[in-house]
Amino acid sequence: MNQVNRLKGGQIDRSVTHRFKFDGKTFEGHQGDTLASALLANGVRLMGRSFKYHRPRGVLTAGSEEPNALVELRNGARQEPNSRATTIELFDGLLAKSQNRLGPLKYDLLAINDRFSNFLTAGFYYKTFMWPAAFWEKVYEPIIRRAAGLGSLSQLDDPDVYDKGFLYCDLLVIGAGPAGLAAALTAGRSGAEVILADEDFRMGGRLNCESLTLDDQSAPAWADDVVAELKSLPNVRVMHRTTIIGAFDHGIYGAVERISDHLIVPDLGKPRQILWRIYTKRTILATGAIERPIAFENNDRPGIMLASAIRTYANRFAVAANKKIVIFTNNDDGHRTAKDLHAMGVEVCGVIDVRADAPRSLDYEVLHGQVVDTKGRLGLKQVKIRLENGNIRSLDCGALGVSGGWNPNVHLTCHQRGRPTWRDDIAAFVPGVDLPLGMSVAGAASGIMSTTGALQSGTDAACAALSVIGIKSRAITIPQTEDAPVSIQPFWYVRGCRRAWIDLQNDVTVKDIQLSHQEGFRAVEHLKRYTTLGMATDQGKTSNMGGLAIMAELAGTSIPKAGTTIFRPPYTPTAIGVFAGRHRGQDFHPKRLTPSHKWAKEQGAAFVEVGNWMRAQWFPLAGETKWRESVDREVLAVRTSVGVCDVTTLGKIDVQGAEAAEFLNKIYCNGFAKLAVGKCRYGLMLREDGIAKDDGTAARLADDHFVVTTTTANALPVYRHMEFVRQCLFPDMDVQLISTTESWAQYAVAGPNSRALLQKIIDPFTDLSNDAFPFMSCANVTVCGGLRARLFRISFSGELAYELAVPTAYGDALIRKIIAVGAEFNVTPYGTEALGVLRIEKGHAAGNELNGTTTAQNLGMGKLVSKTKDSIGSILSERAALTAPGTLCQVGIKPLNPADPVIAGAHLMNEKGPIDAAHDQGYVTSACFSPNLGHAIAIGFLKDGDLRLGEKMRLVSPLTGIETKIEIVSAHFIDPQGERLRA
Amino acid sequence: MIINHPLLGPRDSAEFIYLGDAKLIDRPNWQAPTAAKDFYEYAYLRDNPAGWHDELWFHEAGDRSWLVVTRNTLTHEISNVALARDVARLRGRSK
Repeated sequence: MNQVNRLKGGQIDRSVTHRFKFDGKTFEGHQGDTLASALLANGVRLMGRSFKYHRPRGVLTAGSEEPNALVELRNGARQEPNSRATTIELFDGLLAKSQNRLGPLKYDLLAINDRFSNFLTAGFYYKTFMWPAAFWEKVYEPIIRRAAGLGSLSQLDDPDVYDKGFLYCDLLVIGAGPAGLAAALTAGRSGAEVILADEDFRMGGRLNCESLTLDDQSAPAWADDVVAELKSLPNVRVMHRTTIIGAFDHGIYGAVERISDHLIVPDLGKPRQILWRIYTKRTILATGAIERPIAFENNDRPGIMLASAIRTYANRFAVAANKKIVIFTNNDDGHRTAKDLHAMGVEVCGVIDVRADAPRSLDYEVLHGQVVDTKGRLGLKQVKIRLENGNIRSLDCGALGVSGGWNPNVHLTCHQRGRPTWRDDIAAFVPGVDLPLGMSVAGAASGIMSTTGALQSGTDAACAALSVIGIKSRAITIPQTEDAPVSIQPFWYVRGCRRAWIDLQNDVTVKDIQLSHQEGFRAVEHLKRYTTLGMATDQGKTSNMGGLAIMAELAGTSIPKAGTTIFRPPYTPTAIGVFAGRHRGQDFHPKRLTPSHKWAKEQGAAFVEVGNWMRAQWFPLAGETKWRESVDREVLAVRTSVGVCDVTTLGKIDVQGAEAAEFLNKIYCNGFAKLAVGKCRYGLMLREDGIAKDDGTAARLADDHFVVTTTTANALPVYRHMEFVRQCLFPDMDVQLISTTESWAQYAVAGPNSRALLQKIIDPFTDLSNDAFPFMSCANVTVCGGLRARLFRISFSGELAYELAVPTAYGDALIRKIIAVGAEFNVTPYGTEALGVLRIEKGHAAGNELNGTTTAQNLGMGKLVSKTKDSIGSILSERAALTAPGTLCQVGIKPLNPADPVIAGAHLMNEKGPIDAAHDQGYVTSACFSPNLGHAIAIGFLKDGDLRLGEKMRLVSPLTGIETKIEIVSAHFIDPQGERLRA
Repeated sequence: MIINHPLLGPRDSAEFIYLGDAKLIDRPNWQAPTAAKDFYEYAYLRDNPAGWHDELWFHEAGDRSWLVVTRNTLTHEISNVALARDVARLRGRSK
């Protein structure tokens, strides 16, 4: 039975035959088919199982609004669940599987759910699986998830590439049906920059699906000619397979272009999809309309489809949905399907119209009545009709085309919170007055349902849009074609039906909507959430309207009063991969490498991400197997000889101007005005609320020139803050800022031999003696025979130490030089771990302590806050609550038993008494093993900690079951007098 | 959104960092007798209007200007964009 339902004609290329597999069985189709049309051509109606009841389902539509025919496309890493068979372009070798079934599609074992449908109504899960609460996560949810659901993921990495791009235009035309083509042609001929985007692989919209003529051409041939002309215009970009997924602020649109989805694998070097951000001056929305079904008993059997979809399959794909077809309609459009089918030689067994004044036909029977039930478990066999006179009639058929009228596709008009308005004459919502900026709507999307009207409104909308932006254009000549008025009698569901599906994908029936009403969930937003109406991957494109019409009727209100739920992007399901683009794996965010990175890698360093930087964490030597071995060695080397550490990542901000010192007085809580040239000073920055923001040193290189350093993580926020203070608070202060973080490579050289080492690097006319260059000095110097450099005598480790900066390009050379000339001192490179141990041993606060909750007083630096000048945060730092007795104060912590560990995050409790939040005394912020002291040490915050040195306490972590006896000590574990760093 | 930068022309809002109410420009006088109360209100009390709002945006991925953007928080319509420095001067923050 090869393509038993294939008709003559259509827009498929019969010279190209594609073999494909569905559920393991091989079929043939042609170029230009979709998976759905090819399956129908081969007589396959059953394509899936429903979400909840596992009812057999076939295809409902011929477009992206499809709720039923969802398949797993491809296999292996490219397997993609929930792919709509109606939009999958057929290609040779295509593999697809039906989904949401247990066992073969024809004998789905979970179809048992259908027998229990009385219990599985709306709200069932909420009501039934309440008790016992612990059962939800372990028992109920896994079972429900297995039974209800969609396709499965491959769990493998996506092998394809996704890209992002930006496009700019005068006019964006969304949709390439008659209105969109007319608009694009009008604008294209005017010379305007135009983008025409359509989700289909073939442009033309409904023109491809109708048996119309435009002048003396068939509708698809006319569309082909227009598209060919548009493609010949250099100012027009024609984008096939491109869905505009969202309308964003100020004329920005999101678009997904499917470059390779129609290929078995993407061509070499091509992305799978591209996410475009389109900036446009004006937009014409020409997205057409979507036909809606009518609800009746058992209206979900395979073979029951939208009448327009049956027409599309016949006219465009040359496929009869079945040999024997019945139509059920409430409007004239249903009759159009019957006429086309009859003309193509398909047997139309009858047209059932709910209207008394339905048009008659000589070619087939037109019955005044309603479909009240259907038969056929795995595919439609018969429809039961109640005629107007009450008689029941049955018609045998294999397909039923249902037409409940057309909904203008207003989706994108509502992305900026616009609300559609109701039109009685076409019984549908049309775009409201609040459209996204620069958007106008043409054709069926605006409620103009005839082809002539669509063409005319398209060209008119283009002229109007272009004139707004000053581009002259002329309306195109509209070809002679169909111009029928809409004739419809609103009809949503057959009275008395219960198991009549509204939302086919989420299995929401008329009965569920009645239940929702009965239980008080009547507002459309409540209805949606209680029943899950419209919450499936199709977002209710064929179901929302019916659901809310029934609710309006039950609630005794009108449809426009009941209103719609809010339309949100994306318009159709969009792969996460295309949002990620190239930002995945290694490229998830930019990676910043220090100037010594290459060298550090050569040394086998372990790296850690700090912000976007990769910093060396430690440098293992041969034989070292545990990180602590390396870190302990590095720490001891700094304390006994000399170590070197790349500190380039610290933020550096150059501050210049006559009032630079005054400016620093504003941003630091301590004074800077009197800092002498050639000196550095520690500075603490507060937020305006008095909480510590950041700290670092500022070096005065000249009267009007400072270099401010920040912590690595805060380099950007601090710069932003300083610009805020400069531009917004003191707009006329004579000061300029620039970030120079990446301009200078900077190394900390620390340890008793640091001076001796640097004397071999720094050119000899700089006197490094303690008298000439004491602690906290800074200077412009030269190194290695003339290279300009900056030298700071500052110390984070507590040792005699310097930081030496050279232009970044020399960073690699400098680290190699330091290591080479330092060999005689056994100079040891150290990483961030050793840096951390060294600073904890000195009690220096870092990010763990400046954690956004601590004040200068908490940090033991309350006296630093100057009261004699205005600085950010100084006023609010004096608030009573921040300075009251019981305030946390930074302390040191050591275990009473030297073998006990101390962990950061643990809390401090009194030696006796309960362990609970009410008796909490403080917490540990930073902890490490001190190789110099031979036991764990920590710093943390303790209530009135400055008054409690020597107190014995308990360190607890109830979560991990730790309870350790500790002693509160000074945080300055090493060299509390600071003699080493002044040596 | 597109912010029409007074110096650079229309730029995507993705280039900017948002701070908040432009009243942050009006930092109180630290020596006023009511300084404690003034700074408390300055730091914590902000209007959050559903409608027109003067906001501070920083062109971080651009020229590092602070801007005052007058934006309707309901519609995202932007009616005016000015350099924060000019606004600050107008509000008397020149020396």
